[in-house]
Amino acid sequence: MISLVEVQETNKMIREMNLDVRTITMGISLMDCAHTDLKVFNQKIYDKITKSAEKLVKTGEDLEKQFGVPIVNKRISVTPISIAAGSLNTDSYVPVAEALDKAAKEVGVNFIGGFSALVQKGCTTGDRKLIESIPEALAVTERVCSSVNVGSSRSGINMDAVKLMGDIIRQTAERTADRDSIGCAKLVVFCNAVEDNPFMAGAFHGVGERECVINVGVSGPGVVKRALEEVKGQDFETLCETIKRTAFKVTRVGQLVAQEASKRLGVPFGIIDLSLAPTPLIGDSIAEIFQVMGLEEAGAPGTTAALAILNDNVKKGGVMASSYVGGLSGAFIPVSEDHGMIQAVQRGALTLEKLEAMTCVCSVGLDMIAIPGDTSKETISGIIADEAAIGMVNNKTTAVRIIPVIGKAVGEMVEFGGLLGYAPIMPVNSFNCAGFIDRGGRIPAPIHSFKN
Amino acid sequence: MKGIITVLGKDKVGIIAKVCTYLADRNVNILDISQTIVQDYFNMMMIVDISQAAKSTEVLVEELQQIGEEIGVEIKLQHEDIFNIMHRI
Repeated sequence: MISLVEVQETNKMIREMNLDVRTITMGISLMDCAHTDLKVFNQKIYDKITKSAEKLVKTGEDLEKQFGVPIVNKRISVTPISIAAGSLNTDSYVPVAEALDKAAKEVGVNFIGGFSALVQKGCTTGDRKLIESIPEALAVTERVCSSVNVGSSRSGINMDAVKLMGDIIRQTAERTADRDSIGCAKLVVFCNAVEDNPFMAGAFHGVGERECVINVGVSGPGVVKRALEEVKGQDFETLCETIKRTAFKVTRVGQLVAQEASKRLGVPFGIIDLSLAPTPLIGDSIAEIFQVMGLEEAGAPGTTAALAILNDNVKKGGVMASSYVGGLSGAFIPVSEDHGMIQAVQRGALTLEKLEAMTCVCSVGLDMIAIPGDTSKETISGIIADEAAIGMVNNKTTAVRIIPVIGKAVGEMVEFGGLLGYAPIMPVNSFNCAGFIDRGGRIPAPIHSFKN
Repeated sequence: MKGIITVLGKDKVGIIAKVCTYLADRNVNILDISQTIVQDYFNMMMIVDISQAAKSTEVLVEELQQIGEEIGVEIKLQHEDIFNIMHRI
């Protein structure tokens, strides 16, 4: 029988350490909505999404009550629109984004992901139309998230797409300049994108997925931090064991919520994404975990090693707690969504270069980083190329979600609001890389033998 | 279906009476009660059977929370699975 001590431990995690289920994301295939007429297509996707996700938000709220654990976000991911809309007779996919936005508002989810294209090897006509629609789509919609996969370990990096995305990010920033370029906070450029990621802005419902699926993203940096405070100063074995135990407990809650949501909605359970996702709240930060591990600030020498330990042990603890693990699974290091990271930037401890090094061992990549508004499109492409190369060579997902904030310069603050947080503008190495980016073509896939 | 009720707050007369009366009125059976008082701080846990309850779990959760607010303590009702899954393999 459950003891008072165990009940207290669980509730303390929820009450004091911000334990929550970060997101229940319903993946919906739009493959069967394909049509040549824009109006018909938009009606079909609207109908399918609103019907499939009709009870999503209500079910999430009921589960929240039943188990007494917060479920922060309820979201939807759909088939990459460049594929689902591929046969449309139209030049712009902006109306499709508007239909997605309308559907998201109707069912009450805060984000819908999948305004996406997978162009790691090359662009189809649909892919190009989608990418060119991104700046306007993100300016005129509120809840639509967009992602573009520009590289993979199997096919190399599509440098034409990398070049194009530098330009698209700048255009997106300009289109939303009146709102601190927030459009870019909803746009991710991936290498090795995953098909079942429940987290935004990079979620989409992959083509290898079934009709409809429930994926859950867990979180809990606060819980890990508090557990590590109990073992301060002890050796690495103890440190790793503590992270594993904590990750196990956190993930079990996600597994329970996922199974119950799947049962109530009559939709199969897909995966649990074992992630430590921070929020701007105090006590819900990855950077604070580094501090408890013994670093003065995130970015101090040792940070990459600390992150590697954290990332690996979250997975080791989480894998046994869930029947299916997938998504991005690992520690996220978004700057604007983590007050400890923001502080580290402000104190000069954390630079873009150090963040790049950290992305070699973390879950994703350069995430929610505000850079000066006058950063050139070539420099942005250069940053994307570097990040994609890390992902391609190391067989991992990497991403860039970077925001050139129009009209702002290094040191100024930018406020995105809510979970997206706030961030100081970080300096960027502005030596020219245009000659490299302008070459065009593809970087061939790397050799995956000769691993020395 | 079993639920776990926890009550947390400053000790005073009638906390258990209030909660138990409410549960009896809603046909919720109490299976086990344990409590501790540390420095005037009241900490109670009840295991209850809510399968025959007159109202849905969501309503019970809300009403118990309201009773807690009225008497100045925090009252939570949660499905026992969240504790089982976290602490038992």
